[in-house]
Amino acid sequence: MHTIVDKVQLTEGIFKMIIKAPHVAKSWKPGQFVVLMVNENGERIPLTIVDGNFYDGTISLIFQVVGKTTALLASKNVGEQIYSIAGPLGKPSEIKRYGKVALVGGGVGVAEILPQIRALKQVGNDVIAIIGARSLNKLILVEEVKSICNEVYVCTDDGSYGFKGFVSDALKKLIEEGREINYVYAVGPVPMMKAVSKVTRAHNIKTVVSANPIMIDGTGMCGVCRVIVGGEIKFACVDGPDFDAHLLDFDTLESRLKTYIKYEKKAFEDFTRCQCHV
Amino acid sequence: MFREEKSLREAPQLLPIEERISTFKEVNLGLTEEQVKREASRCLQCAKAYCVAGCPANVKIPNFIKAIREGDYKKAIEIICETNSLPAVTGRVCQVEMQCEKACILGRRGVPISIGLLERFVADLALKKGWKRFACKAFNGKKVAVVGSGPAGLTVAGDLIKLGYEVTVFEALHKPGGVLIYGIPEFRLPKDVVEKEIKTLEDSGVKIRTNFCIGKSVSLKEIFDDGYDAVFLGIGAGAPVVLEVPGVNLGGIYTANEFLVRTVLMKAYLFPRYDTPIDVGKKVIVIGGGNTAVDSARVAVRMGVEEVKIAYRRSEDDMPARREEVLRAKEEGVKILPLVNPVRFIGDENNHVIKVELVKNQLTYIDETGRSVPVPIEGSNFSIDGDMIILAIGQKANKVFTQTVPELKLDKDGYIVVDYEARTSLERVWAGGDIIRGSATVIQAIGDGKRAAASINKTLMSKSI
Ligand SMILES: Cc1cc2nc3c(=O)[nH]c(=O)nc-3n(C[C@H](O)[C@H](O)[C@H](O)COP(=O)(O)OP(=O)(O)OC[C@H]3O[C@@H](n4cnc5c(N)ncnc54)[C@H](O)[C@@H]3O)c2cc1C
Ligand SMILES: Cc1cc2nc3c(=O)[nH]c(=O)nc-3n(C[C@H](O)[C@H](O)[C@H](O)COP(=O)(O)OP(=O)(O)OC[C@H]3O[C@@H](n4cnc5c(N)ncnc54)[C@H](O)[C@@H]3O)c2cc1C
Ligand code: SF4
Ligand code: SF4
Ligand code: FES
Repeated sequence: MHTIVDKVQLTEGIFKMIIKAPHVAKSWKPGQFVVLMVNENGERIPLTIVDGNFYDGTISLIFQVVGKTTALLASKNVGEQIYSIAGPLGKPSEIKRYGKVALVGGGVGVAEILPQIRALKQVGNDVIAIIGARSLNKLILVEEVKSICNEVYVCTDDGSYGFKGFVSDALKKLIEEGREINYVYAVGPVPMMKAVSKVTRAHNIKTVVSANPIMIDGTGMCGVCRVIVGGEIKFACVDGPDFDAHLLDFDTLESRLKTYIKYEKKAFEDFTRCQCHV
Repeated sequence: MFREEKSLREAPQLLPIEERISTFKEVNLGLTEEQVKREASRCLQCAKAYCVAGCPANVKIPNFIKAIREGDYKKAIEIICETNSLPAVTGRVCQVEMQCEKACILGRRGVPISIGLLERFVADLALKKGWKRFACKAFNGKKVAVVGSGPAGLTVAGDLIKLGYEVTVFEALHKPGGVLIYGIPEFRLPKDVVEKEIKTLEDSGVKIRTNFCIGKSVSLKEIFDDGYDAVFLGIGAGAPVVLEVPGVNLGGIYTANEFLVRTVLMKAYLFPRYDTPIDVGKKVIVIGGGNTAVDSARVAVRMGVEEVKIAYRRSEDDMPARREEVLRAKEEGVKILPLVNPVRFIGDENNHVIKVELVKNQLTYIDETGRSVPVPIEGSNFSIDGDMIILAIGQKANKVFTQTVPELKLDKDGYIVVDYEARTSLERVWAGGDIIRGSATVIQAIGDGKRAAASINKTLMSKSI
């Protein structure tokens, strides 16, 4: 059992939780995730570790409510318990000195690039952040990102704030303006990561994305998280989740994510219906 | 004469087929006490007992059967537990027809003693009565870490706690038991049997930490830094092999591991009461012929699908699954399609599988394992409808732990290399079970655990580390 010690709503449908999990806080590295079960009959879901505090044994998770399990998690309050947290899982990201790097985050993906920004800065990289969301009311963590990055570009699809357009467009513009960028790391919805990959492939810039397939165990045992990388089958939970964007088959990733849509919808609807009746 | 003897072998009670296919209740209900007595009385108490050599853990079969005959069930369970720490499990899942019962002298006339069922009877009785199987010595000052809570790890834990060690078992999943809890279905091995076995260990003082992935939550080095004197790696083979043919990533294609984890561990058949979903089709095709394939097929039957077929590359008699389960599966309506190989999977416009193309095989020369090698017959391709495919074509070594310890010696397939005492290439690190053998059996994992525990004890008691 893991106690929730803090909970903040960042924007509509996105929450930050700080949870006691000393075994994770002690050893986590950027790029790793936990697999969490809210209660005993619950589903196992993966969430990226956004931060961890060695001293008080807590970790920070930032998640978007998209279905039953994330909705249930969001309904828990400070002082309540989470049934199980396994982790840290996955390979840590490769953090080294590339020179000039661009970190691209879309939607809740902005949270997932935070630890990367910190780590890449710490080893001496010049960090540009490009963050975005559908509209201003979906944007998260703008101030945090600004406070640690030299250069931040904010985009919204509808132009309600910052640059109007996709994060991939903003990246393309920077590159085409002749900015030197040696490495790109991107996290967000599959179409966004795919678009970023297309932009950087044209300019031959090394690009890594964090793949987000469906997972269950997170320890390499079930094979549900398989992705195709350079024509080979890899398990995202043990071989990733970071992969070379120019080798990852985004289309298969996207179609495999849809496998359970009808069940997920039912579970979510049943759940929201019960919640209203309470 | 032969006939009469055949009828002498006691047959277990079975759940009626109609009830089986709509529930996950245990199918084989075991023998009654009367039957057990009759069966035990048939044993010849051979001086040279072949049965013992046939059991990978060398359970002292004639001795425990003798105790049964004397009505001393408590003694019987003590004898079994000398070499087998999970008899309620092995009595249900051992491939007896390949092991002890194959070797039994009466087996030559087709009527071996039902050793597995006798073992199961006394083990269940012991669990029911809460008989203590061993007494624990006082704490001897040494700490041992066991990684993985499958049969290998649980055996090491049990053997060492008896000897006075402090033992902690680390398990990556949220429930201990390994394949016994996440793989083998309820109708073959009820989870409360496994839970009781584990509870017995915990009552004896074994500590179990779930959600703790060694190599990730803590490194091997940190375990030793925490004061453990020895580490046993019982991490299983675990990783599923994914068939590399076109269309294998379409929706509706599962590895058996995923299918069984969703149903057996996460109880997807109780969705939405349990949150984990499973997308069951109407026409299910299972690829493979081992226990995993047959278990998957029988779970699918119970989820109310229209038809289930097992496509296997060799002949039905070559299927490596337990014979009994193949018979049960057929009774439950599973069709077996022998001598075929999948060539590709065909999807619809939503990238969901609808058909599988197979090629017929012919059996050719006999290889070193004694089985005929299947070779595809050119031009014999045909396709059948299937909207749910379960791949049960084997396991390979999981790297979640080994990738974190590059100095540990592995073979070319990623399995841990050990010597005859189950020692790995690293000092004070032992290993056993599927991670040293590839997919093997429960009783082999138990045997490895016994060997490792003895070696750990010998090492820690002789050296002052
Ligand atoms: C390594 C990894 C790290 C992740 N980190 C985060 C994070 O930090 N914050 C966060 O909000 N989310 C993260 N995700 C996604 C998160 O796991 C899913 O949103 C969650 O499992 C949804 O569960 P649910 O029951 O609420 O929704 P479901 O009912 O299961 O799904 C609802 C919708 O979400 C989609 N979905 C399901 N599973 C995933 C998935 N694994 N990835 C993306 N979409 C999915 C489905 O297609 C469906 O449309 C991560 C995923 C992975 C693999
Ligand atoms: C569906 C199925 C049916 C089977 N049927 C039979 C049968 O009828 N009869 C029979 O004899 N055998 C059967 N087997 C084979 C048998 O189950 C295995 O041989 C046996 O379980 C191997 O035991 P083990 O202890 O080596 O590992 P496992 O049982 O595989 O347990 C390993 C455990 O270690 C954990 N782990 C892995 N890595 C780590 C880590 N880094 N940190 C912490 N924990 C970790 C895993 O989560 C797992 O729980 C079957 C197998 C399957 C899959
Ligand atoms: S070989 Fe058969 S008959 Fe002989 S002791 Fe063993 S079980 Fe009894
Ligand atoms: S452990 Fe298995 S092989 Fe050994 S005697 Fe018991 S049932 Fe037979
Ligand atoms: S989540 Fe099961 S193998 Fe990756």
